[in-house]
Amino acid sequence: MTRVHDMGGRFGDGRIDPGHPEDPIYAQDWHARALAVTLAAGALGQWNIDMSRHARERLSPRDYTDFSYYEKWISALADLLVDTGVLSADDLAGQGDDTRHPLAERALKAEDVAAVLARGGPADRPMTGMPAFAPGQRVRCLRPAANRAVDGGHTRLPAYAAGAEGQILRCHGAHVFPDSNAHGLGEAPEPLYTVVFAAAELWAQPERPGDEVMLDLWQSYLEPA
Amino acid sequence: MLRGMAHDHHDHDHAHALLPPDPALRVRALETLLSRKGLIDPAALDEIIDTYQNRIGPKNGAQVVARAWADPEFRAALLADATPVVADLGFFGRQGEHIVAVENTEEVHNMVVCTLCSCYPWPLLGIPPAWYKSDAYRARAVREPRAVLADFGVTLPEGVKLRVWDSTAEVRYLVIPRRPAGTEGMSVDDLARLVTRDSMIGTGLAREPGA
Repeated sequence: MTRVHDMGGRFGDGRIDPGHPEDPIYAQDWHARALAVTLAAGALGQWNIDMSRHARERLSPRDYTDFSYYEKWISALADLLVDTGVLSADDLAGQGDDTRHPLAERALKAEDVAAVLARGGPADRPMTGMPAFAPGQRVRCLRPAANRAVDGGHTRLPAYAAGAEGQILRCHGAHVFPDSNAHGLGEAPEPLYTVVFAAAELWAQPERPGDEVMLDLWQSYLEPA
Repeated sequence: MLRGMAHDHHDHDHAHALLPPDPALRVRALETLLSRKGLIDPAALDEIIDTYQNRIGPKNGAQVVARAWADPEFRAALLADATPVVADLGFFGRQGEHIVAVENTEEVHNMVVCTLCSCYPWPLLGIPPAWYKSDAYRARAVREPRAVLADFGVTLPEGVKLRVWDSTAEVRYLVIPRRPAGTEGMSVDDLARLVTRDSMIGTGLAREPGA
């Protein structure tokens, strides 16, 4: 029901290399280009952030595992450009033409970069009606963790929290619902909550039972406990 | 036919397999293709790269933390609703539209991860470091955060509760580390120099003065 990107709680990954504070921002020149090409192509407005996350998640498990971070970005971007019809498979194969694209007038200009990055893309939307849950209330996450509208679709409920019981800490108001927005089904905003889970609720052998994991979860991921 | 012949080791159902397999060449191919069609402007790419190389980084977050240490009213406003408070300092935008500040205390230590991808408060901390995006951090931070902290050389005092924030939505978390002892009367700028990037993610502590 889940995909390879959903790795919270997984065993076997080994030690973390904390690196050094003076490490370069971009380890390779092409990392910087991959980041910039991805952001600039996103500014064409042909997809939203949930679609771009889902494009990375839809890489095959083998590619997702083998690819480095920015390799995932650039490969998912190529997939997205073809899926949305901005480019054709012939273009990617080097058999397209170089005529000016109909979307070229939307290309991000250098002088607009600062404003576009500063504007960002707020995900909050006006609340319609009252939130179903109040701070302090006990809730349970749906099980399994999966998109309810699209089989194998995008969701932001991690598998490790499926079926787990927690407590509402706060409501952030209504936010765009990724499970819908990633599939072009509309923003479908709904209340977003921070939910607190005791480590003992999530893990068979908790490191410390009283430690906590906090997750931001949409209302339809939750039911009263 | 071309797909299978040229890139046998890649997934054939995805368009990306049509591009050269070497990642640096893959980026260059896509950049060339998009700029020839007028869809991206190379000068805009340079501007984006420069922004996160030189203008937006952990120094932003360190200013916020130092002010929170020095100014009780600022700290209270930050903890109540951080988004407008950091926006007033000019820190707003992509991957930082909704900010929550969480404060480390004698009783609680906070640590941030994104187990599903690599969500991170860009306007405050810049581009995430490699370890934050690694499989090992994403997999382990929620299940064994204390073992993860040990990899960073951090041991929490006995009795401190650990809270791991898995930032699965568009809310981004900034950890306010504990103010080091011996920093009374220091200026905001001097305090900011003690605030490390990792201390604002929760995998480190603020520097001791003189350390």
